[in-house]
Amino acid sequence: MCLGVPGQVLSVTTDALGVPSGRVSFGGIVKEVCLAYVPEAAVGDWVLVHVGFALARVDEAEAARTLAALREEGAADAGERAPGAP
Amino acid sequence: MRHLDEYRDPDAAARLVAALSAAATRPWTLMEVCGGQTHTLVAGGVDRLLPAGVEMVHGPGCPVCVTPVETIERALAIARRPGVVFCSFGDMLRVPGVTTDLLAVRAAGADVRVVWSPLDAVAVAERTPDREVVFFGVGFETTAPAVAMAVWRAAQLRLRNVSVLVSHVLVPPAMEAVLSDPGNRVQAFLAAGHVCTVMGWREYEPIAARHRVPIVVTGFEPVDLLQGVLMAVRALEAGRSGVENQYRRVVTRDGNPAARRLVAEVFEVTDRAWRGLGVLPASGLRLAPAYAAFDAERRFDVGRLEVAEPAGCRAGEVLTGRLRPPACEAFGTRCTPEHPMGAPMVSSEGACAAYHRGGRTR
Ligand code: SF4
Repeated sequence: MCLGVPGQVLSVTTDALGVPSGRVSFGGIVKEVCLAYVPEAAVGDWVLVHVGFALARVDEAEAARTLAALREEGAADAGERAPGAP
Repeated sequence: MRHLDEYRDPDAAARLVAALSAAATRPWTLMEVCGGQTHTLVAGGVDRLLPAGVEMVHGPGCPVCVTPVETIERALAIARRPGVVFCSFGDMLRVPGVTTDLLAVRAAGADVRVVWSPLDAVAVAERTPDREVVFFGVGFETTAPAVAMAVWRAAQLRLRNVSVLVSHVLVPPAMEAVLSDPGNRVQAFLAAGHVCTVMGWREYEPIAARHRVPIVVTGFEPVDLLQGVLMAVRALEAGRSGVENQYRRVVTRDGNPAARRLVAEVFEVTDRAWRGLGVLPASGLRLAPAYAAFDAERRFDVGRLEVAEPAGCRAGEVLTGRLRPPACEAFGTRCTPEHPMGAPMVSSEGACAAYHRGGRTR
């Protein structure tokens, strides 16, 4: 039950108690998700969802940085294994 | 799917493995806390990519596994009551109590329903005012905000026919228990990234400082895990302790303040018994006095409950990383996913199920 899944927000509404919720697509499967904990989430954003609740917005800039670091890891590693290295 | 596939890329994994081989000059023992990570590592075969000497032991982060037998028995007793609709996350249905499980109780006629969100249970209560709806509130800091919202909503709607059987647990006290064990071998932790989306990592800073261990907040996909292991091994090799964050795309140091605020409003911290680990101080949540009317334990007096653990199950040792599942005598023979003896063989987050699914017999 701790498995969080990233999904993309398709629409946002607010219920009678003032709590925001939205339709979120998980690779085409669409579910109703409570957005109370990520009120800043807008249509098009990616959110991490647990048991029907978005707990975080995916930070696209940080995601890009992580992926860039992974590519550099390869480059750095090639350097470490360069001829003559211990 | 975006934000998943990138972290399953075999080329990225291979680069990380190469970097890890270069970084690890000595044997190291790391623990991943979360059962979801255990499954990626073991059933997904990621741990087989690690260089010899870098060993992963599996932690107590399987909420299904650590729910005490007494709580399962209480759930069964309540679910059997006439007029009760018992709502639960799906993975609790096959957890064995002393003699039976929720699935069998349902087959015998009880109204046991699997819900995706705790809010679904509140919706059932709204639709059926003549029934008592009970939600089984289990899980770590990741599910507590969802259950808190369900309770808050029930209070706002003034529903009188809904209650929660609360058995929430908290991760840091379990990490503390592992590190304080005299036989502990764990030198670094991969902290559960999803728990940290809520809690951030401030709570881990004193643990890292006190026990001089690196703690790396880590995601759940193969590349996340390999990168988390690499960061932890580099910290160990450099003699560094402290908290680092691999899962930057969703975790910040403060976590999710809105979620934490509602959890603090609806719940209070309490001592809680963990299956296999015993009672850990300040390791769980129960409803705060203002929300006590929604406490299923108060609403349903179920009398005395049996608390005997299934004989022969060594879940306690598995959950603290002291025993590898295949080393349990019952593994794969008397205990299988079809006929589980203990909770770690049931859950999609349990270590015994991960080894079984991965075809690991050693
Ligand atoms: S293999 Fe089965 S009996 Fe052994 S520890 Fe795991 S769950 Fe318990």
